[in-house]
Amino acid sequence: MSSNLSPAEARELRLEIEEFNTEYARTLDAGDVEAWTEFFVEDGFYRVTARENADAGLPIGLVWCEGKPMLRDRAAAILKTMVYAPRYWRHMISNVRVKGLKADGGVVAEANYLILETLMEDETRIFQTGQYRDVFVRSPEGLLLKSRDCVYDSHLIPNDMVYPA
Amino acid sequence: MKNGTDYRWPDEGLTHIPDWIYTSDEIYDRERERIFLGPSWNFIALEAEIPEPGNFKRSYVGDVPVIVTRDNEGQINAFENRCAHRGLEFCRALRGKASEFICPYHQWTYDLTGRLMAVPFRRGDKGKGGMPKDFDMKDHGPRRLNIAIRHGVVFATFSDSVEPLEEYLGPETLEHYDAVFAGRKLKVLGFYRNRLNGNWKLYHENLKDPYHATLLHVYLATFRLMVAGQKSAMFVDKSGRHATAASAKDDSADISAETANEMRNAFRDDMVLEDPEFIKFVPEFDSSWTVTMQTIWPNLIVQRELNTLGIRHIVPRGPHALDMYWTMFGYEDDDAEMTRHRLRQSNLMGPSGYLGVDDNEAIRFVQEGLRRSVTERGIVMLDPESDGNTDTLISEAPIRALYRHYREVMSL
Repeated sequence: MSSNLSPAEARELRLEIEEFNTEYARTLDAGDVEAWTEFFVEDGFYRVTARENADAGLPIGLVWCEGKPMLRDRAAAILKTMVYAPRYWRHMISNVRVKGLKADGGVVAEANYLILETLMEDETRIFQTGQYRDVFVRSPEGLLLKSRDCVYDSHLIPNDMVYPA
Repeated sequence: MKNGTDYRWPDEGLTHIPDWIYTSDEIYDRERERIFLGPSWNFIALEAEIPEPGNFKRSYVGDVPVIVTRDNEGQINAFENRCAHRGLEFCRALRGKASEFICPYHQWTYDLTGRLMAVPFRRGDKGKGGMPKDFDMKDHGPRRLNIAIRHGVVFATFSDSVEPLEEYLGPETLEHYDAVFAGRKLKVLGFYRNRLNGNWKLYHENLKDPYHATLLHVYLATFRLMVAGQKSAMFVDKSGRHATAASAKDDSADISAETANEMRNAFRDDMVLEDPEFIKFVPEFDSSWTVTMQTIWPNLIVQRELNTLGIRHIVPRGPHALDMYWTMFGYEDDDAEMTRHRLRQSNLMGPSGYLGVDDNEAIRFVQEGLRRSVTERGIVMLDPESDGNTDTLISEAPIRALYRHYREVMSL
């Protein structure tokens, strides 16, 4: 997409998205997956998939949530039903790039992400590197995600992926 | 001992499993030689992954890298991913389309069937150097594997003595396998890959252990996908190595107070799904079972969990780890809504699945326990009357059936 924003508009939006991503990371790093669902609009879409799939145009997701009810079902499963060893996650989100506006006003953007995982009694490791491919929409509360596609480079998931990217 | 020379199975027999089968390098080497490279059929590809002449993919038989191709005649070939010259693993792309393979080191060139076609400067340069005069390209090339295909699933073997594939799988396995693969062409939806920090056999055991399903997987019980008392069965072939775990979802099933009590923490009466549509079952199979999970020895899992379908390819990585390559699929005749249903339902399984995470964590915990403790064996005693086939979830008979076969092959 060739940008249909002036440099000043793009810069302003980039700042806003960086603030959004900082809060997004803070929320997930605190383990608050219920609050994480609030970063999306009601019919928001969230997928986590390998770059291998994204490059080939294959649709499968490790995580595939259509709408807030599905996001909240995932949050509930993480908190109440899934069985896993305790861990800390730390998201690093950078290189935000605003690509342009869609006809309906949606903001198309991307960012790099890095997730560090710390298991108890173990060294901190790079868990995943990837890219967020986002569409934001404006709401009275500020920007919200219409869709976030988390496309990861990491070829092998180390054991399993408990929390959202 | 965990890693030594005295490999003597416990005198109690199949109810007791020694830790060293999961931790010893020597046992791993013996498995490689006698199981993966021995008389067994190993999964290597789905035909749908390499639909056109020239298509290829990297794959594995055990931990041995192989290339799977479709040649110009449309036939499937598999050969070792190793240059006949200096041993390079020359095919680096995960998959793609090619007319030939050229080793980057010295440009030795192979055709799609793995035959050596060109050796640069074979006759030397200006009369000097070059290969000996009697060097014949026909005598050199990567080792080729024997192939068998059933309904679009490609198996390979290094063995010339293994029985035909259908005989190897047996009628007990084929019945449920065919319900997934026969009659409909597959459409690949994508791939997952994860490394599990556990011995490769633990993955087979996990799916031959219906007991854990009702206890580890809170999700299964809470949303009535599988509960003790629901209709379920384990089907084991006569060799004991393959198994099918089958269950039938029953939304109306009452969970008695007694069952709920036995399940302890595995049942959450307080949870409801906000979007329950995604776990609905759309009937589409010639089978009375809504779920079948097949363990096909030694390296394939066939997943039919409601409408989410996939195969899992086990690549062992030494005694303490395995890589799991998942290929998720639907069928070519699925409409957009059915594809969407499968994609939504894929949340259940995989490295981030509601059930998948539980299993992967449990397998890692088992490996840590086996590797680091002083106690040297575990027990699998449930359902002592059964030889493998059983209609209760509270059974470990299929695990014992596997180890009956394993001990024979491994001379243990």
